[in-house]
Amino acid sequence: MTEPGMDLLMWARGTGFQIAIGVFLFGLVLRLIEIFALRRKADVAPPKGDAVSGGLRTIFTRFVPAPGFAALLPAQIIGGVIFHFGLLFIVFFFVPHIAVIKDTFGVSWPGISSAVINALTVLTVAILVVLLVVRLKHPVRRYLSDFQDYFIWALTVVPLVSGYMAFNAVGPYTIVLAIHVLSAELLIALIPFTRLTHAFTWVSSRYYNGAFAGRKGTMS
Amino acid sequence: MANKPILKEVLRDRGVSRRGFMRYCATLTSLMALPAAMAPKVAQALEGAPRPSVIWLSFQECTGCTESITRSSAPSLEDLIFNAISLDYHHTLQAASGHAAEAAREAAMKAQDGKYLLIVDGSIPLGNPGYSTIAGISNEDMLRDAAKGAAAIIAVGSCAAYGGLPMADPNPTGAVSVSQIITDKPVVNIPGCPPIAAVMTGVLAHFLTFQGLPDLDELGRPVVFYGDTIHDRCYRRPFYNQGLFAKGFDDEGARKGWCLYELGCKGPVTRNACATIKWNGGVSFPIQSGHGCIGCSQPDFWDAGSLYTAVASPTADITPVAGMAAAAGVGAGVAVAALNAQSKKKTASESTPVTVQELGDKQ
Repeated sequence: MTEPGMDLLMWARGTGFQIAIGVFLFGLVLRLIEIFALRRKADVAPPKGDAVSGGLRTIFTRFVPAPGFAALLPAQIIGGVIFHFGLLFIVFFFVPHIAVIKDTFGVSWPGISSAVINALTVLTVAILVVLLVVRLKHPVRRYLSDFQDYFIWALTVVPLVSGYMAFNAVGPYTIVLAIHVLSAELLIALIPFTRLTHAFTWVSSRYYNGAFAGRKGTMS
Repeated sequence: MANKPILKEVLRDRGVSRRGFMRYCATLTSLMALPAAMAPKVAQALEGAPRPSVIWLSFQECTGCTESITRSSAPSLEDLIFNAISLDYHHTLQAASGHAAEAAREAAMKAQDGKYLLIVDGSIPLGNPGYSTIAGISNEDMLRDAAKGAAAIIAVGSCAAYGGLPMADPNPTGAVSVSQIITDKPVVNIPGCPPIAAVMTGVLAHFLTFQGLPDLDELGRPVVFYGDTIHDRCYRRPFYNQGLFAKGFDDEGARKGWCLYELGCKGPVTRNACATIKWNGGVSFPIQSGHGCIGCSQPDFWDAGSLYTAVASPTADITPVAGMAAAAGVGAGVAVAALNAQSKKKTASESTPVTVQELGDKQ
């Protein structure tokens, strides 16, 4: 006889967490080695600019949308920026999340008000819904989207919604918390095997493009 | 039962005023989450209630439940209510011992067949009957025998309700709860290590008032006392909402009474009335005293990870898994990179450059 959801929660906190971290690390190391081991033929043409400065510059210039794009894709650009920062704050500055990181890795930092995190969660989920609608409503974007685009959307939204429900005591807490932890673990485990890998490769890929263009004396 | 004094007489003999009794009934009515208008009905029912016969069986337990219930800030009205039942067998409290005690139990069971309340504390060992016996009778046999003629069965404490500490991994005695043995009768579970005295008397008062058991949840607990989590009703909840947490038992946050979540408080996953009814006559409860809830009224709470680890934090050490996974990732990454390089080389060696001549021919 156990409280509904308790067995699931205990599994998620123990074996589930070990599996998630194991799969994540295995996949991430594999993908990073695979990516960095890729080679191009040596470029024998004389350089017309500096590759390193071009690469470093592009890491930062890509934070700003290219001219004209902001007006063309306001929902994606504005929503995308808010969504990414929202996610960053929710994951790394919600005090109970910091407690998990501290209990796992022994490092911690100050969190921010849970009420702010709560509001950010609502905003972030709302933006995700808008971005999904925008994707579905536009025939070309819908055509370009495949299963993985919708799958990683769901993979991201379930931990957010279940976390909001757990914090605000919506539904049976133990079950909701178990779903929250499990969905977060699924997200972590699948990062290296989906487009979510960009969480770890965005710096290097920006640098790569920037350096490539920089050597040719152009801007990326 | 008819020759026993009714509660009204017992209270009068003990010098309890009418006003005091009514106040107690109002408190009980409130505790049971009944409308205030029900208080006179509760009083009427309790005043006229014959003292029901109670048989209390103690199995694999520590006597903490008995301590809690009988020492409820004595002398309190709750204590009197408890005295107002006819406790016909309780081997810790009764004067009789040995064969005389067992004879009293058997006599009460026979005389009050089908009417007595059976209260059990402690778990029942099934691994070997010899692990726990009373007068040479195994706990299981005594429970099955006493349960046959009981009007209602109440499992008091986490051991009787869910197996408790004796059932904790690796459960050396094969301990089980009352409801794992008695499956043909409803069992009211009043978990806690120990349970709150007022919850116990509240369930008894409900039985006396309505001649039946209160509404129970899926784990056999009275919904009225176990419907909310400690976290739901905790006075420190606003600090949780604000993200203000004590990091140690003697830091500034602790002194300011901030939320104890990070110190391992199990309030969010624990159902009990500690935060509302409290302990020692409503004086305090563990969180108010500066220690997180340890979740003692939950099934398997001993096996639910450290008492001092946050309720969502990992219970397992990931270091060996992480090391193996990273090493396997390096191996797999090198292998995949080698395959990619080989594939690239093969493609390059098999490709034939297209000449301008060929392009012209295609047009």
